[in-house]
Amino acid sequence: MALPSNSAATSSSGLDPMVPQPFRIERVKTETDDTFTLELAPMNHDERFSFLPGQFNMLYVFGVGEVPISISSDPGTLPVLRHTTRMVGAVTKAMGRLKRGDVIGIRGPFGGNWPVDEAPGRDFVIIAGGIGLAPLRPALYRLMAQRENYRKIVLLYGTRTPDDILFRTELERWRGKFDLDIQVTVDRGTSAWRGNVGVVTTLIGRSPFDPRNTIALACGPEVMMRFAVAELQRRGVSSDRIYVSMERNMKCAVGFCGHCQYGPTFICKDGPVFRFDRIEPIFNKAEI
Amino acid sequence: MIETLEPIIREHPFFKGMDDRYIKFIVGCAKNKRYDAGDVIAREGEPADKFYLIREGMIALELMIPNRGFTTLETLSDGEIVGWSWLLPPYQWRFGVRTVRPTRVLAFDGKCVRSKCEEDHDLGYEVLRRFACVTAERLQAARLQLLDLYGASV
Amino acid sequence: MSAARLQAGETAVVEAAHLDHLFQALTKKGYAVVGPTVREGAIVYDRVNSAAELPAGWTDEQNGGTYRLKRRGDNALFGYAVGPHSWKKFLHPPEQKLWQAERGADGFTIFQEKQVHPKYAFLGVRSCELHAIAIQDKVFLQGQFVDSVYQSRREDVFLIAINCGQAGGTCFCVSMKTGPKASAGYDLAMTEILQDGRHHFVVEAGTERGAEILSELPREAAAQADVQAAENVVADTARHMGRTLDTAGIKELLYNNYEHPRWDEVATRCLTCANCTMVCPTCFCTTVEDVTDLSGDHAERWRKWDSCFTMDFSYIHGGSVRSSTKSRYRQWLTHKLATWIDQFGSSGCVGCGRCITWCPVAIDITEEVRAIRGEPGGANNSGRKEHD
Repeated sequence: MALPSNSAATSSSGLDPMVPQPFRIERVKTETDDTFTLELAPMNHDERFSFLPGQFNMLYVFGVGEVPISISSDPGTLPVLRHTTRMVGAVTKAMGRLKRGDVIGIRGPFGGNWPVDEAPGRDFVIIAGGIGLAPLRPALYRLMAQRENYRKIVLLYGTRTPDDILFRTELERWRGKFDLDIQVTVDRGTSAWRGNVGVVTTLIGRSPFDPRNTIALACGPEVMMRFAVAELQRRGVSSDRIYVSMERNMKCAVGFCGHCQYGPTFICKDGPVFRFDRIEPIFNKAEI
Repeated sequence: MIETLEPIIREHPFFKGMDDRYIKFIVGCAKNKRYDAGDVIAREGEPADKFYLIREGMIALELMIPNRGFTTLETLSDGEIVGWSWLLPPYQWRFGVRTVRPTRVLAFDGKCVRSKCEEDHDLGYEVLRRFACVTAERLQAARLQLLDLYGASV
Repeated sequence: MSAARLQAGETAVVEAAHLDHLFQALTKKGYAVVGPTVREGAIVYDRVNSAAELPAGWTDEQNGGTYRLKRRGDNALFGYAVGPHSWKKFLHPPEQKLWQAERGADGFTIFQEKQVHPKYAFLGVRSCELHAIAIQDKVFLQGQFVDSVYQSRREDVFLIAINCGQAGGTCFCVSMKTGPKASAGYDLAMTEILQDGRHHFVVEAGTERGAEILSELPREAAAQADVQAAENVVADTARHMGRTLDTAGIKELLYNNYEHPRWDEVATRCLTCANCTMVCPTCFCTTVEDVTDLSGDHAERWRKWDSCFTMDFSYIHGGSVRSSTKSRYRQWLTHKLATWIDQFGSSGCVGCGRCITWCPVAIDITEEVRAIRGEPGGANNSGRKEHD
């Protein structure tokens, strides 16, 4: 997996990879009752931050701690940088209380990327569960930017309830403008909801993509990805054309702390995006 | 009309591999039907004598919960089979069935298929096997829904 | 006495009584000498200022969960195996401040911690330990990122190896092909000879700067008999290993046995105390702690040793991925002997035996591997009890 040569985190740029760089919050957007998006800009104006879809940063809240969060913005509209985060622990909750003008520290980008620049002529099936849509959004932007290179692009997106749907306006715009087949489903409907109800894996069986020509990207809770992969395989998509984004405890993001090990891989360096055949032997094993 | 339904049924993954004579029999039990959005196809508790193959549209399986109203458990769409309540006693719908959008279906006379299955156990096996697969898939999907994977603790 | 300047690769004989000259030569060059010394019933690594502080006349008796110092019949200075410390204590410190940050009017400013440490000379590095240092070099210096803390400490270290004159009760460097003879990576390598009333060291210069230091010491030219005596010592040590571990196909063995019943069995004994990871010379896992003072204006980031045996290690989203003892023990052993090979190109184990000695319940890595291979010789090699 090639890493970007202009990564802000490499020692070649002279920056120690354990030292965060200050970024200012330009905008805070509330997405749902527990999810928000920060729009960030580097305070050091020489900073040329760049990333590939699928990569993540370590976000540092002063005095509280640091967490790995996938980048959720369009690589084509840099220097705008966005992170969509769900409040699940101390750091993300503290982050959720920050306002425009506040400063956070960023180390990164780290990790590998979704294979959205390597496969002209393919169909893409993108399966997102919950907050998993955020790390996939840069991939979608990238695909939309080269729409003519691909045939069918399908987004299957499952979330908890209609109120938890992320990036609603954007999805509708893409559906209209770019010939992107979007199916949204919720685990639990509301009386006003007139769309699909059921887990996202049920959308895979019904989706009209050609398994022999498809690249599938999946991101969401691990259980959801397990069943999504099983469905894709049942449809005939081979393991070397399925990509998943894995997650483990992470402390350093540079391969030294050992926490993110997943079998023989370090999720910070060898992932978080994995071609499925490479982790297939351990994917369904418990407590690896 | 029977001629136009046969290829649809024969080609459908659900019926694939079924013996010719059984296909012909099934075709004889099938009828095209069309519903508007919001039509009730079946009510929870009513006698179940039919099953459906969705040709185009969306159907919701629902339960009536007094303080919540009609609550959708799951939606099904193009190509999917609806209804197994006709196959197993007490032959009553375990859930309500309502269209979400204008929907075209093939409606099958379940009572007729049931009695033929009693006579011909080979047909019975073919039918039960296929419905077992459908219910297994629905069960798995329901289990995943139960896990509330996107909920607060995950 | 030889006076000519030595070159790398040359060997000389230095009397044990003259060993203080080594300390003086190193100190003159600005090195802080760290070596073995007796403390609280164990031989540990700490600053040593003279030969008098070395564990003369001491040996250790080691076995599963057992470590005792015993008096020797002679005055050997290095007549023991390895203790609970390893050199990672100095190269990869247990606690390290990475930076501090001050909150200001417009965000915060980070001040990276300057690396302040002495220039070390490690005296008495065993061959297994040289391999362990090389393994950590691979992790910290030869990957995509470089660990600046390790790099700073490792750069100037002067390594004086000792070829083991005595195999430890839990040693298996022969199985892991990491000793007992020091083969590379040292500035000086010494073999202690006590024979016919004589007590001296056969010293080989491994590098130019090693030769430079050796040239400062009172010495005799090494005769063929001296070199032979040194080789005999090492050969004898190799014949007395306390343990063996068959490494043939070990990666595939462990990759194919994630569900072996032995994991359940060892989990009934393992306390997840993390001793093994603390004493292991190659274990490198750390955690990062972000702390702040009461005012909230001053924050620090610290890095501290951590262990895959803790519940917190694999914590995400409200739970630990590896919550069972079984999964944590399996992770440690599989990493050490198998996935390490795919990650870093060599085994993570150097056969020093520390994990066996310092495990409070005497879990033996060599026995666990034997059980997973399905070989007899363990007390219980299948694990799961059969129920009728």
